Amino acid sequence: MTTTEMNKDPLVEMRDIHISFGGVKAVDGVSIDLYPGEVVGVLGHNGAGKSTLIKILSGAYQADSGQIIVDGKEAKIENARDARDNNIETIYQNLALADNLDAAQNLFLGREIIDRFGFLDDAAMEHKAREVLHRLNPNFKKFTSPVSALSGGQRQSVAIARALLFEARVLIMDEPCAALGVHETKMVGELIDQLKRDGLGILLISHDLHDVFDLSDRLHVMKNGKLVGSVRTEDVTHDDVLGMIILGKMPEHLLHLAGPGATNAPGAPDGLPPASTAHQSETSENTQ
Amino acid sequence: MSRLLSKMEVDRRLVGLAVVLLVIWIGFDIASGGRFITPRNIFNLSVQTASVAVMACGMVLIIVTRHIDLSVGAILGVLAMIMGVVQTDLLPQFLDYNHPATWILTLLIGIALGAAIGGLQGVAVGYLGVPAFIVTLGGLLVWRGSAWWVTQGRTVAPLDHNYILLGGGIEGTIGATWSWIVALIAILAIIYAAIMERRRRLSFEFPVKPIWAEYTNTIIKAGLVLAVITTLNAYHLPIRAAERLLENKGIPVTPENLEISHGIPIPLLIVALVAIVLTIVVKRTRFGRYIFAIGGNPQAAELAGINVKRMTVAVFALMGVLCAISAAISSARLQSAGNDLGTLDELRVIAAVVIGGTSLAGGVGTIYGALIGALVMQSLQSGMALLGVDTSLQSIVIGLVLVLAVFSDKYFHRRYSDPTA
Repeated sequence: MTTTEMNKDPLVEMRDIHISFGGVKAVDGVSIDLYPGEVVGVLGHNGAGKSTLIKILSGAYQADSGQIIVDGKEAKIENARDARDNNIETIYQNLALADNLDAAQNLFLGREIIDRFGFLDDAAMEHKAREVLHRLNPNFKKFTSPVSALSGGQRQSVAIARALLFEARVLIMDEPCAALGVHETKMVGELIDQLKRDGLGILLISHDLHDVFDLSDRLHVMKNGKLVGSVRTEDVTHDDVLGMIILGKMPEHLLHLAGPGATNAPGAPDGLPPASTAHQSETSENTQ
Repeated sequence: MSRLLSKMEVDRRLVGLAVVLLVIWIGFDIASGGRFITPRNIFNLSVQTASVAVMACGMVLIIVTRHIDLSVGAILGVLAMIMGVVQTDLLPQFLDYNHPATWILTLLIGIALGAAIGGLQGVAVGYLGVPAFIVTLGGLLVWRGSAWWVTQGRTVAPLDHNYILLGGGIEGTIGATWSWIVALIAILAIIYAAIMERRRRLSFEFPVKPIWAEYTNTIIKAGLVLAVITTLNAYHLPIRAAERLLENKGIPVTPENLEISHGIPIPLLIVALVAIVLTIVVKRTRFGRYIFAIGGNPQAAELAGINVKRMTVAVFALMGVLCAISAAISSARLQSAGNDLGTLDELRVIAAVVIGGTSLAGGVGTIYGALIGALVMQSLQSGMALLGVDTSLQSIVIGLVLVLAVFSDKYFHRRYSDPTA
């Protein structure tokens, strides 16, 4: 972590989050953080617990224990509305848009602008939608067609614009590039870069390393409900990260990078905590 | 041609429906030797369509939210019976016979009960999670059975004098003068709406239709209003009825003043009112927007903070209210309430809605489409009756038309349907 980033406070921190479903520990003592202007990938196989972890942040689930800290203050996030109140917006894959409505109608769904008689002010909403979408994607033209007529990338633009319109500071994107073509993926990548420059913090959830590797500044890798480790993208190769995802172990040469909460250092018996303390001391040794 | 239509921003499907309707009308007119497109038949057609048309407006919303209501005919039946009993047995205990308040109290009680019945089914669908098909199939049996229990099968008649006006008939019209006034108001409203819409779009510098398209659209709409009102005004009262009317007013009868126009029948006025109100609700209120959002993607709606369960209850309750209005129209038209009133209406209503372009996959549908759909269904039925086609054959034809309509829905609007649905 560079000194400049260290000086800023994290936008969001999740500390020691636990949740289990019927005895299965879906997330078991995971801590992650996210800084302004940073893109962080959360990686792991299906069932690794990444979606569950993120759903706790977006208010879909409630953690059994653990803290969520937004802007240095502990936040209670019990439902999607609480998450929004903390400027955390989630873009769910395939769940974000109503296909039969047009872009402006989708952008304002649930938060429509109404005129003084209480009727929908569609012109005002379209006006604002044009403004926001133009900033994101100057080529966006189809304002009056239902979003089912849009391409995958354009749909992502609408979903992201929806989050921006309501002043999101933390954006959670679930599989942002799934089912997108090469060109579309590039477009979403550009969008994410732009949001990053605007100072948003973005969490990308994916099971596919290639989708997020180039976009992310840091990666949190999860397996079996635990955090394998947190690494800076520039310090690792694809193979290193693949190893983390598949084996659930930090590669030997990266051990000193494993962040706090990483429990799967080599040699540590599975599920036992000492590893974290063990390599924390290692980390300090290495840095000194 | 299609470019022309898109410039004018006209719903292509609407044009298609209008053409179908025109073909049916002209076809029957030729086949019947000019007896179909007459003021008298158009008037009757409008009155016969009214009950189904009112319910079809509500069914659009039900189907748009991906539900179905098979119980509307049965709810109509039970509400007609209850309203019959209220006005003939209950209210006369407090009010005189044919008291001016009777009809309105009756209607209000019917509407409240309709909302309660619909809301109850909505709770079962929304909160208890029972599929609407099952809830309303059960409802069909329950309410049809209840209709019999209201009077142990006895038909209620005669009904209140003012209530009967709701069904049209010789006195249930607003006459020539008022009809012209309604036409004038409608045309002014059409022009005003067009101007305001254009101004609003221009003020935000949005693209607008070419000005000739605005004129053409407005002239066509206004022309339709004028044509309908002129036709209805061209249908005169039967000579006997006209004579009686003049005698009651104490005016001497002369050949000229015997030509008294029917004008707009009250049921048609009710249909227009319901359709206008619901169109505004659908296009200009949050309630309407949420109905379509739920139909398009229930999860997205839920995530956007829409209370989908409560909306489901509201939509079914609204359907119940419209059933009450239809119950009043159809029992008033027959001047009696029998417990089999509205039998098979659910199928006619659903058919009208589907023919009118509402997709059974949800999320897509229009009120005006459903109205034209209802008119198409009724035109087919009346036309065949006029030609003396057997009832059994009528059913066969209408059944085939329904299947054809759903096929065309699938075929032409595949791109709107959700592949995961």
